Amino acid sequence: MALVERDIQLDEHKRLKHLLTLEGLKAHHLTEILDLAETFFDANGELRKVPLLRGKTIMNVFFEPSTRTRTTFEIAEKRLSADVVNLNIATSATKKGESLQDTLWNLQAMGADMFVIRHADSGAAHFFARQVAEGVHVLNAGDGRHAHPSQALLDMFTIRKHKGDIYDLKVAIVGDILHSRVARSQIQALSILGAREIRVIGPRTLMPSCPEALGVHVYHDMDAGLEDVDVVIMLRLQNERMSGARLPSEKEFFRLYGLTEQRLERAKPDAIVMHPGPINRGVEIDSAVADGPRSVILDQVTNGIAVRMAIMAVIFSNAARHPQEDAS
Amino acid sequence: MKLNLDVNTLIDTLAERLRDDPIMGKAPCMVGIRTGGVWIAERLHAALGLEMPLGVLDISFYRDDFSRVGLNPTVRPSDIPWDVEGSRIILVDDVLYTGRTIRAALNELFDYGRPDEVLLTTLVERPGCRELPICAKYVGATVNCDQAVKLSGPEPLELNIVERKAEVA
Repeated sequence: MALVERDIQLDEHKRLKHLLTLEGLKAHHLTEILDLAETFFDANGELRKVPLLRGKTIMNVFFEPSTRTRTTFEIAEKRLSADVVNLNIATSATKKGESLQDTLWNLQAMGADMFVIRHADSGAAHFFARQVAEGVHVLNAGDGRHAHPSQALLDMFTIRKHKGDIYDLKVAIVGDILHSRVARSQIQALSILGAREIRVIGPRTLMPSCPEALGVHVYHDMDAGLEDVDVVIMLRLQNERMSGARLPSEKEFFRLYGLTEQRLERAKPDAIVMHPGPINRGVEIDSAVADGPRSVILDQVTNGIAVRMAIMAVIFSNAARHPQEDAS
Repeated sequence: MKLNLDVNTLIDTLAERLRDDPIMGKAPCMVGIRTGGVWIAERLHAALGLEMPLGVLDISFYRDDFSRVGLNPTVRPSDIPWDVEGSRIILVDDVLYTGRTIRAALNELFDYGRPDEVLLTTLVERPGCRELPICAKYVGATVNCDQAVKLSGPEPLELNIVERKAEVA
């Protein structure tokens, strides 16, 4: 028996079959997606509809609420001409006691070629990927505190578009690192793509126990952490994942870690400000910054469609290249 | 192996035929299919002195063999810098073989709008290998069907005979 389990998101040619996490992926896996995403924009910067996934059925299975991610996945699927089914399981059969596995098998029997899954439990997408039939693909649209790879990829796309090559850049991720699957995936993406420096900024109570192990520089002082950075990524304060009192108050958090125009002056003059959304105005970010000239927050949303199109196109393309071998 | 056909002469022949075509009196637009078709189209576009800028189609997202061979890794965006609706289009490709590339190109064009007319011209054709009911109005030369040819370029433009295993449809 092999000591290490083969990465279930890769096929035997080490190409993406599922996208569950960025952990363990190589730079070429990421750049292939980022490069392809660019080609979906036409000369006017619009996303054209193409017939690439005609006849494929993609099911968006959301056990947790989502607006941006679910909608941009749906638009991406429709731009690729796939048939789209949306399931909000929070209001569906699991309430009647159906297990995750039974839900999956039933949806698979309805002819799904790909599942896009969001779940409050870390590891739910991996669970799905282990259970699906050969030839069915799983995309993780966020599982618990674990990973949100498509978000991190669209963030890398946005950074690359505005700032060029990532290896030259200093990037600060600010706020609730502990509960953030987005931060985890972003840190992985930035290290895979060789960012010059990755900083995380936040209070001790919202840091994982040993953040340095992730290969990042840790700052508890916002002003010091923002000094000279090219990119500032703000995170949402995740009240729904917090148990117990980790913060004195939202006001106090804003005073210490909220991004204001004044604080932003510490960063490079051409620094960009990002946020995965939804934003809490006046909690982690001031409206003047969120709506200001250096904010690329809405551009992130548009880019999310192109990047999600690219993820799906790459995975179906990989499966098409060696269908016989995949069946073994 | 280089094919014994001079590409520049073939382009001159095509330009001459097109110049006499009625479409020239109707303010036509030109589209080249990436990659070889664009090289030919650039020459023809200049030779005919067309007013509207050259359009470029990359048909990778429209191929009918995606579920068998996957995506062309060198895909780039198409660029049609004018309104396809109501336009008269000279569609240019390098080699007309099975007709599947042209089918894909027509589908993509129609996703932009409804042209009034599409005229197809190709540098060479391999007759007898057609798998779809598609034919070009003007072809520069006809080559033997068991000879796979590929255009290399952009400078110099040369037609080469491709070894069987490297053949691209």
